[in-house]
Amino acid sequence: MTWIAKPRLHHPSLERNRVGYTRRDYEGKISTLCAGCGHDSISAAIIQACWELDIEPHRVAKLSGIGCSSKTPDYFLGNSHGFNTVHGRMPSVLTGANLANRDLIYLGVSGDGDSASIGIGQFAHVMRRGVNMAYIVENNGVYGLTKGQFSATADQGSKSKRGVVNTDSPIDMVSVALQLGATFVARGFSGDKPQLVPLIKAAIAHPGAAFIDVISPCVAFNNHAGSTRSYDFVREHNEAVNRLDFWPSREAITAEYAEGEVIDVAQHDGSVLRLRKLAADHDPTDRVGALNLVQSRSAQGELVTGLLFVDPDPEDLHRHLGTVERPLASLGTRELCPGQAALDRINASLR
Amino acid sequence: MDTAIRKSRPRIEAVNDLVVKFANVNGSGSASANELFARAILRMGVPVAPRNIFPSNIQGLPTWYEVRVSERGWLGRRGGVDMMVAMNPQTWDADLKEIEPGGYLFYDSTKPLPASKFRDDVNVIGVPLTEMTNARWDNPRERTLLKNMVSLGALAALLDLELAACETLVGEQYRGKEKLLAPNIEALRLGNEWVRTHLACPLGIRLRRADNVGDRIFIDGNSAAALGAVYGGASVCAWYPITPSSSLAESFAAYCQKLRVDPQTGARHYAIVQAEDELASIGMVVGAGWNGARAFTATSGPGVSLMTEFIGLAYFAEIPATIVNVQRGGPSTGMPTRTQQADVIACAYASHGDTKHPLLFPQDPNECFEMTAEALDLADRLQTPVFVMTDLDIGMNQRLTPPFSWDDAREYDRGKVMTREMLDEGRDFGRYLDVDGDGIPYRTYPGTHPTKGAFFTRGTTRDAYARYSEAGPDYVYNVQRLLRKFDTARSLVPSPILRASAEPTRLGVLYYGSTSPAMDEAIEALEAEGLHLDLMRLRAFPFADAVSEFIAAHDLVFVIEQNRDAQLRTLLMTELNVDAARVMPVLHYDGTPITARFITREIGAQVRALGVGSAPAVGGQAAGAR
Repeated sequence: MTWIAKPRLHHPSLERNRVGYTRRDYEGKISTLCAGCGHDSISAAIIQACWELDIEPHRVAKLSGIGCSSKTPDYFLGNSHGFNTVHGRMPSVLTGANLANRDLIYLGVSGDGDSASIGIGQFAHVMRRGVNMAYIVENNGVYGLTKGQFSATADQGSKSKRGVVNTDSPIDMVSVALQLGATFVARGFSGDKPQLVPLIKAAIAHPGAAFIDVISPCVAFNNHAGSTRSYDFVREHNEAVNRLDFWPSREAITAEYAEGEVIDVAQHDGSVLRLRKLAADHDPTDRVGALNLVQSRSAQGELVTGLLFVDPDPEDLHRHLGTVERPLASLGTRELCPGQAALDRINASLR
Repeated sequence: MDTAIRKSRPRIEAVNDLVVKFANVNGSGSASANELFARAILRMGVPVAPRNIFPSNIQGLPTWYEVRVSERGWLGRRGGVDMMVAMNPQTWDADLKEIEPGGYLFYDSTKPLPASKFRDDVNVIGVPLTEMTNARWDNPRERTLLKNMVSLGALAALLDLELAACETLVGEQYRGKEKLLAPNIEALRLGNEWVRTHLACPLGIRLRRADNVGDRIFIDGNSAAALGAVYGGASVCAWYPITPSSSLAESFAAYCQKLRVDPQTGARHYAIVQAEDELASIGMVVGAGWNGARAFTATSGPGVSLMTEFIGLAYFAEIPATIVNVQRGGPSTGMPTRTQQADVIACAYASHGDTKHPLLFPQDPNECFEMTAEALDLADRLQTPVFVMTDLDIGMNQRLTPPFSWDDAREYDRGKVMTREMLDEGRDFGRYLDVDGDGIPYRTYPGTHPTKGAFFTRGTTRDAYARYSEAGPDYVYNVQRLLRKFDTARSLVPSPILRASAEPTRLGVLYYGSTSPAMDEAIEALEAEGLHLDLMRLRAFPFADAVSEFIAAHDLVFVIEQNRDAQLRTLLMTELNVDAARVMPVLHYDGTPITARFITREIGAQVRALGVGSAPAVGGQAAGAR
């Protein structure tokens, strides 16, 4: 956390997006994370993605749990309301917030300790329910704030900075999300911003439960030889299955691609996810295929990254519950209170 | 065994003042016939108060239904049983023991029982229920269900319960299902005619038409609280099933389906989520409250335990949340189907760190309705979790209660919310700034303004402008302000109700919640014994000044509670610096609802043991023994 506000002076020539904001308008306070922390790169990617998507910053609600990653919402989107909730319980708070006001954009930011260890239960259920959100886990395999204990995503055999070898099986968040019904599942790497920004954009635009597992090395406690979450290890073992470009519905696709290399996934709202295929055997609309791919590559010691699965026409919790289009928080006495006449009828039925 | 009533035995004679207890086997279909019995008495204009005493079980274990009939209008448990309807061989011996001398035992005499299974001072009424039922119906399911109706018909004859009232109710129950109606009516008449032919009717205890029900309604507290949540404007409900609160959330869903669906579009003006646990249900309530919706959860003690981390966050981050705690016996899973008031301290100070929360104590379904709606206003006004402290006795039993009323001019109190317009006018926004001196700051809803009013909500400490700060003075400012806010709550929560004795007295009684109806009856009995006490019914925590004044005005105050540890008394001592010697605990905690006889006996015994009377002190002397 920081109490240092960034200066608000902008260079007049900074580029503005369609809603009139510069990139600086999407920034937050100065990060207090360690220099070189992968999480700061993810914050930068979120800022870039929101700016490119022409989102008004105050229309985003950013929620997090507890831990290094969960501090980061203070470091981006300073004009958005943020909520640093309870350790491992951000998903329920986000669910309630989403139920109250379906008009805002929900960004859930969490870590591997927060979502895979203490919070695996809530992580599972928020995916099952299809809450409309972009849920980012900044995954480094360790507890940073409490100085280097293993989290539940640490690989078996991975060595801690103090030389302890992890003996527990890891939880693969991507596989869990796929199995539990998330309708957008991706994996990124904090060291690959060009890959990450479009993934975040597509996740935000996805009208359902979108999950991105971002491998984000911890420079203080998990960046040494013997770790499977160090920058070096992830760079060597990262296999991107595709490169995503996200085209909002109002924009014509302008980039050129070599023929036969791309898959267009048309979204329900008219936007297009254009994927440059890197792995020939991967179809991003095949949930079972995605699970197989992730698991088989994992068995070979590889971490697949990219957009792994997307349902182009997902359902979300509001659709399941049949709630009114207007935010529930905006309903007043007229919509909520049935009045004395209805009460008279109820009284009469109870005699 | 003979089936006639033995006239030579003592027998209780009472009209419209009796307790009938049904001992049944869970899952035998007795519940609906039992409810018909109670409702038919109501239709005769006689007040009735039934209570379910049931196990944590679906089929096979013993269950009881105790019906208090009182023309005088007492709705609490009296204590003692005038007639036992003994339909459960498993509990026969214990059930037999409970009957008052001169009372009545009603049983199924199809199979003969040895004389050792009866008592000399109890009048035995055997009716061959199974034999009659099986002679008429073949289908096993029908036999099981209709035997209950044969039994009801027999009881109607014995107690002068109007058969027509029973038949009307059965008619209402099976409206449109005539196939089911006919055999039920037939079974009722079968039992009724058999008793009229074979036995002397009515018994010494019997019913007589009266006009004492008035316009009151008959409903359980959980349904009433659910309706209160609908009227109070709750639009988000997140819950996890737990006895005895589950029917509250289910009832909220049922009322919403009737009352909160847009007739044109079919869109729902509410969202209900059955969460994966209580951690998630309270998390959703906190998230919705943060984002400007009125949200509530219903739970019981173990659920509150799981919620406590979030409750502390909501207290410190100042987020409205309404929690209805339908209390049951604890600790741990304790007695999940029995009643207690044992979460008072757990809720008053729920969570780590320095925390306290307003508690509301409804006495009956009407107050469950009122106070749940009120809690939603208070939570918004005070920006904090508010508990509605009901219990199984109120929550899961149907009770006669005044009809619900709602002022159509009432607008919800959304508390201090800074709007976009206010921010544009240049109002200073400090999320945790005490601008009015009442400890309550302004809040903004997410999404309010493009450049003003956004802040980062956190459980860790911050300054008045919601900027992270671990500085001691910032922390102290905040928690002192929270105390001021709690003090403001004192004047906003429902005030206590004083009922002064007709005679001047130095003795007082404090009580709350479901103890109320038994207390109403007990005080009349105590007065009849010449013991006069001033009563004060607490309706909320924090305590109003009137509570300190009441204690100060009496030499001795009995604090009646349904828990082992005198939890409310502890709260009085802690919060009001009351001298322990002035507040005497009267505690009932076996899991059954407190009785009028218990209160009468305990207060009487304590007064005698302490040698204090209720006469006022004269000439500066302490009140002496009577």
